[in-house]
Amino acid sequence: MTERESKGWRNDAYAKVTGKAKYTDDLKFSNLLHAAPVYSDCVHAKIESIITEDAENYPGVVRVFTARDVPGANHCGQIVQDHRIFADDKIRYHGDVVAMVVAESRDIAILASRLVRVEATPLPAVLDPEQAMEPDAVLVHKNHGSNILNTHKIRRGNVERGFREAAFVIEEKFQTQFVEHAYMETEVAVCVPRADGVIEVYGSMQHPFSTRRFTSACLGAALSEIEVVGVPMGGGFGGKDDTAAIVCARTALAAKLLNRPVKMMYRRDWSIRESYKRHPYRIYYKMGVTKDGRISAVQCRIVADAGAYCSVTPWVTWRSTVQCCGPYQVENVQCDTYGVYTNNVVTGAMRGFGSPQMNFAMEQMVEIAAKKAGLSGIEFRRRNMVRQGSLTITGQRLDGHKVSMEQVLEAVLGEMDYEAKLARCSFGKSDSNELYGIGLAMSYRGVSLGAEGVDFCAAIINAQADGSILLETGIHENGQGSESALMLVCARELGVDISRIRYRRASTSNIPDSGTTVASRGTIMGGGAVTLAAQELKNKIAGALCEKLKCRPEDVRFEDNCIIGKTNRISFDDAMQAMFQSQRFPYAFGVFKAPRVTWDEQTGQGNAYFTWVYGCQAVELTVNKKTGKVKLLNAAAAHDVGKAINPEMVKGQFFGGMAMGTGFGLHEEIKLRDGKITNLNFNTYRIPRAMDLPEMKAILIENPDPISPSGAKSIGEPANEIMAPAIANAIYHATGQRHFSLPIHVAGAAEEAPKEKCGA
Amino acid sequence: MKLHINGKAMEVARELAEKRLVEFLREDLNLTGAKNACGIGACGACTILIDNEPMKICIMQVKDVEGRRVLTIEGMAAADGTPHPLQQAFVDAGAIQCGFCTPGMVLTAHAFLLQNPLATREEIRKAIHGNLCRCTGYQQIIDAIQKAAPHYQRRPCEQKHEIATAAN
Repeated sequence: MTERESKGWRNDAYAKVTGKAKYTDDLKFSNLLHAAPVYSDCVHAKIESIITEDAENYPGVVRVFTARDVPGANHCGQIVQDHRIFADDKIRYHGDVVAMVVAESRDIAILASRLVRVEATPLPAVLDPEQAMEPDAVLVHKNHGSNILNTHKIRRGNVERGFREAAFVIEEKFQTQFVEHAYMETEVAVCVPRADGVIEVYGSMQHPFSTRRFTSACLGAALSEIEVVGVPMGGGFGGKDDTAAIVCARTALAAKLLNRPVKMMYRRDWSIRESYKRHPYRIYYKMGVTKDGRISAVQCRIVADAGAYCSVTPWVTWRSTVQCCGPYQVENVQCDTYGVYTNNVVTGAMRGFGSPQMNFAMEQMVEIAAKKAGLSGIEFRRRNMVRQGSLTITGQRLDGHKVSMEQVLEAVLGEMDYEAKLARCSFGKSDSNELYGIGLAMSYRGVSLGAEGVDFCAAIINAQADGSILLETGIHENGQGSESALMLVCARELGVDISRIRYRRASTSNIPDSGTTVASRGTIMGGGAVTLAAQELKNKIAGALCEKLKCRPEDVRFEDNCIIGKTNRISFDDAMQAMFQSQRFPYAFGVFKAPRVTWDEQTGQGNAYFTWVYGCQAVELTVNKKTGKVKLLNAAAAHDVGKAINPEMVKGQFFGGMAMGTGFGLHEEIKLRDGKITNLNFNTYRIPRAMDLPEMKAILIENPDPISPSGAKSIGEPANEIMAPAIANAIYHATGQRHFSLPIHVAGAAEEAPKEKCGA
Repeated sequence: MKLHINGKAMEVARELAEKRLVEFLREDLNLTGAKNACGIGACGACTILIDNEPMKICIMQVKDVEGRRVLTIEGMAAADGTPHPLQQAFVDAGAIQCGFCTPGMVLTAHAFLLQNPLATREEIRKAIHGNLCRCTGYQQIIDAIQKAAPHYQRRPCEQKHEIATAAN
């Protein structure tokens, strides 16, 4: 590895650190119009009329758009097309957009947006997901016939038998909160009509192809008539799919109908009000444990608040179902999962995608069970966790890759000196004001989409006659460094310096739709496609030049910026020139197709994911007896990443995930009063600041996966899914009290005792 | 109105006096490194230095910097584009992901190191407490600031020269 690579090299670092990087709102276009959304103050209401005249007559306003101006489909969505570009029949949540004002300036658009009047008949709002499931509940979507949007289940073994075999059974209820992604850059789009009729879309969204689908459907235009262009993006974390795509679609609508460039830059309060959140879960667990400390049965009921529209709730809740028992072998499992429509804010994809909620519950369940069984949490985990060749709760045999659960656990135990520190925990008793605790949590995670969708990805390597190289893939740069990682894969495969490679400006018009950059699939899918493209390119070059190199094509090597035969070598530059002179393009198209997965909806059995990753995180903290304030002292994480393509960036994923997991555990909650969000900006929605976080240690475990052409697997989401339960367990070890809902609030001595019951 | 931005003196029309400073820099001067992410001074993405003090300019007006020395991220690198050692440290430490908080973070750290070149990690944490980052967990940002600190640990006269150069 060159010095440059070892330093966490990124192709965009210089542009970003010098302020030269141009994000969507930084782009300048002449003759630009500005758009602003219009909300109503209703939560659930039948729309009677939307009166736009006053706004339209306001000086500087060009036009006001509503649902009736949409030439194509006003309904959109990745799974169920129930989301609206503009609210038409009803307002279903407080973030529904009823109209859009387009004006000569942003200030005018915002001022005039207040002049749009909505006449609507209020309907009773359904705000509790379990009440929404009742047969007589008011329906959010009449057509759907029920507020139960989707269900998943697992039927494995026989839970009654499992509970009979148990020495004891524990039952607990857990509850999690609405969480905001809090990307630093809000939703923004600039759409530019081109002379040939194509609409160019520049936007802060993490899924250009989904954005293109939403936009083309909204405009009634062909996919080829919309070009979504990659622009540096200020964070996504799963949050810039549906609603960010709709922001692009609305802006494109205005650009097309007014034939002028239009920008819509979201204010933070609009962003938080309208964008989808992490699903709040209610999880009911019943776990049977045998006298030798084995989990004999798990019965689990999961209710996820989907909010007003479907978004990707069926996929999120599917992952929760598949991973409902954590990384443990359980022979008898019954799980029933419900995604439920309410009039709350929409919920959808967020880093972790249905696993952080489950892990918060399960990683406390195992410790509660361990205590009752008279075992340490570690020993209980060891007796139950998945190992090489284990069957998952969906009947998938874990083989074909290294099952490294034990390895990551050992790494964290060693790094933290965990068991020695556990013995020093306060358990509610301390001579000083501070109670000390250490805790950990672990998980396994199915990689990429699983049975959520068709999973394949394309890459194009286009070498030039001078030896420089253009690379493009179907993976989107969300800020995580995907372009850099894929450039490194390309450079290593071709044996060339990274300085030869440029990542081509991404465009939906250049490369086939390779799916979403979600599900921690960027490096494994994109890296696979780049590796295969590089192999194809090497085959082409070897075939063309083997004669000159006086060897068979299979003996040609690619190293040190050279193409090397048995006795001689050609520089990469000369080789590319030779390719062009012999009428051969050094151009390759690589496709990585994820191995097929299987799934039976009736039994919830199947090979849910083509490979898995394993992780463990631990944290040390103190709790102040008087105030209840939790201070994190130190944290460590070990994750099997397959292969670390860009180690410093991999570590960045560890730390960022642990930080976001800390927010989930201790600080963050979108609060709703009567269906309206009350904390709409960073002064009241509190994401972790530097002082809230401890020093963190990243332990990279590398077991290259044979299924992954580059060896790499995933890290984005695994890093984010176990910090909250590690904190919960550490707080228990400090205070002797369990916390069953998030974010955790520890009551100080000055406060009333918590309503939650004490730990088992 | 006289403004001094990144070492350049400029005359600005009075009617811009009440324009939001972040919008003035971004729209009128095309200095888009300062980002407007919250609009209420809560996140620090719009931070610039005014007389070497980090300020959140989404809640300030143009007239607030009349006659004061302004440094934006665009003024940090050398004239030939060479990044400032602090900027290079951010690159080397892997402190940059989405990059949206980076300009404000670099400037906040720069002002802090000018005053506190011997800072501990805990003091660095405190210094960047007003700047939100959602990607990094701050770990590598703190690494970067610590890594750059020796550059600031020089004799005061050299430091003064440094400030003057940065502002020129």
